[in-house]
Amino acid sequence: MKAIVTVIGKDKPGIIARVSASLAENNVNIEDISQTIMQGNFTMLMQCDFENATKSLKELKAVLVALGEEIGVSIHVQHEDIFNAMHKI
Amino acid sequence: MLNRKEILETIDMVEKEHFDVRTITMGISLLPCVRDDAKLTASLCYDRICKKAEKIVKVATDLEAEYGIPIINKRVSITPASLLTSSFCGQEVILAKALDNAAKTVGVDFLGGYSALVQKGMTSYEQSFIKSIPEALAVTDRMCSSVNVGTSKAGINMDAVRLMGEIIKETAEKTKDRDGFGCAKLVVFCNAVEDNPFMAGAFHGLSEGETVINVGVSGPGVVHHALKSLKGASVDEVAETIKKTAFKITRAGQLIAKEASKRLNAEFGIVDLSLAPTPVMGDSVAHILEEIGLDCVGGHGTTAALAMLNDAVKKGGVMASSNVGGLSGAFIPVSEDIGMITAAEKGAITLSKLEAMTCVCSVGIDMVAVPGDTSAAVLSGMIADEAAIGMINNKTTAVRVIPVPGKTVGDSVEFGGLLGSAPIMAVSPYSCEKFISRGGRMPAPIHSNKN
Repeated sequence: MKAIVTVIGKDKPGIIARVSASLAENNVNIEDISQTIMQGNFTMLMQCDFENATKSLKELKAVLVALGEEIGVSIHVQHEDIFNAMHKI
Repeated sequence: MLNRKEILETIDMVEKEHFDVRTITMGISLLPCVRDDAKLTASLCYDRICKKAEKIVKVATDLEAEYGIPIINKRVSITPASLLTSSFCGQEVILAKALDNAAKTVGVDFLGGYSALVQKGMTSYEQSFIKSIPEALAVTDRMCSSVNVGTSKAGINMDAVRLMGEIIKETAEKTKDRDGFGCAKLVVFCNAVEDNPFMAGAFHGLSEGETVINVGVSGPGVVHHALKSLKGASVDEVAETIKKTAFKITRAGQLIAKEASKRLNAEFGIVDLSLAPTPVMGDSVAHILEEIGLDCVGGHGTTAALAMLNDAVKKGGVMASSNVGGLSGAFIPVSEDIGMITAAEKGAITLSKLEAMTCVCSVGIDMVAVPGDTSAAVLSGMIADEAAIGMINNKTTAVRVIPVPGKTVGDSVEFGGLLGSAPIMAVSPYSCEKFISRGGRMPAPIHSNKN
């Protein structure tokens, strides 16, 4: 299953490192990544494969949300189907 | 890779604009549970609901986590209960309690379908059933009730209209310790639909399958936000933007509905496109109308703006879902919409204007608090007016009105949660007693003869 991990918040060193380390720990593969600064905010989108993840999407979401709180950014994890449904005909 | 703008748009919709799936409603046929003994029927109904809807809360929580779209309510709708109680008249409340217990056991927010369809005639068991509604609503918490008193095809059952005025009064009286709260769970319909996922009017129609999932989306805040960038744009641009926004919202609803029905081993029924407000700031249908250009909802121009909004929502939604149904339009419940509450408080919106608005949107005089001394005949008059609008215009209309015991114009009432709060609105001081006491059946309109 593919999901989109979105990280938004104040830029600081190490955000990508912390988030990708957490994904790697749980055997989630990052397939595509894009990162930019939008209106002063760090914004990163990652397309990830959760197929062989060691935890369920729900559990991983909790892990990442907690990590986001620790770093001071907001992290969302959503099944990619929701974006396809809403924005593609 | 998905487009960055689109991903962030979806996240903003949820985070800042209150986008949510308002309800996943499981419709369950209870006909196999009918016996001639009240206790046995009640216990079979309880077991069947608990078995069928066992996983609804878990599935909704999982979907919410996976897709990142909040699912606010989980609900169950059942076969109109008047069809289950015909053999034990006078003991209907036993079933009501079992239904309420079943709702609590499976953990759903509401259960709808303590209902009767009496648009043409009323049998003795239906009459007995309707008379049980006040008591049933007083002794239950999550159960909702509805009665259909008219259709475009059958006309309006004026005996039922008269009876329902009395039933609303009695329900308010029986729940007077809670400001007549029972009436917030009771709706009187004309042209009721069989697949409505919204409360208080949801029931599982006879033409439905055994177990069906209907989903109601919501997103007044999203539409409002989309219109903010259209200052000074023409009305057709406004309509176009509403359509596009409704499309996106509905697609999310369709995805959740399909996935929920698969996981719950139920048939996918419909997606209801209604824009359902909540009393929270930024989740108001009234504010959309004000964004379109009204100083305050209720003023001149309100009906026109609402007509456009309602139509554009449908057009956008219809293409987004394989099956659209339910009520599908913009809701204008007074107590559940912060913009409507404000307008009512300053007297900008009156019952007459609300009635005009119901001609162009779903669903009717909804969540309106009126003085506690309003007579049953006046309530019946309001029901008859709404039913006539529905009957003549081939649309669903309804009345959910609360005559708050001991309160009058100038007071307000607090229901809490999704049901919100409302100032007491003035009703016409002129009586319609003689008209209502005539009873009988109002013939169906000429355009119902289409064969």
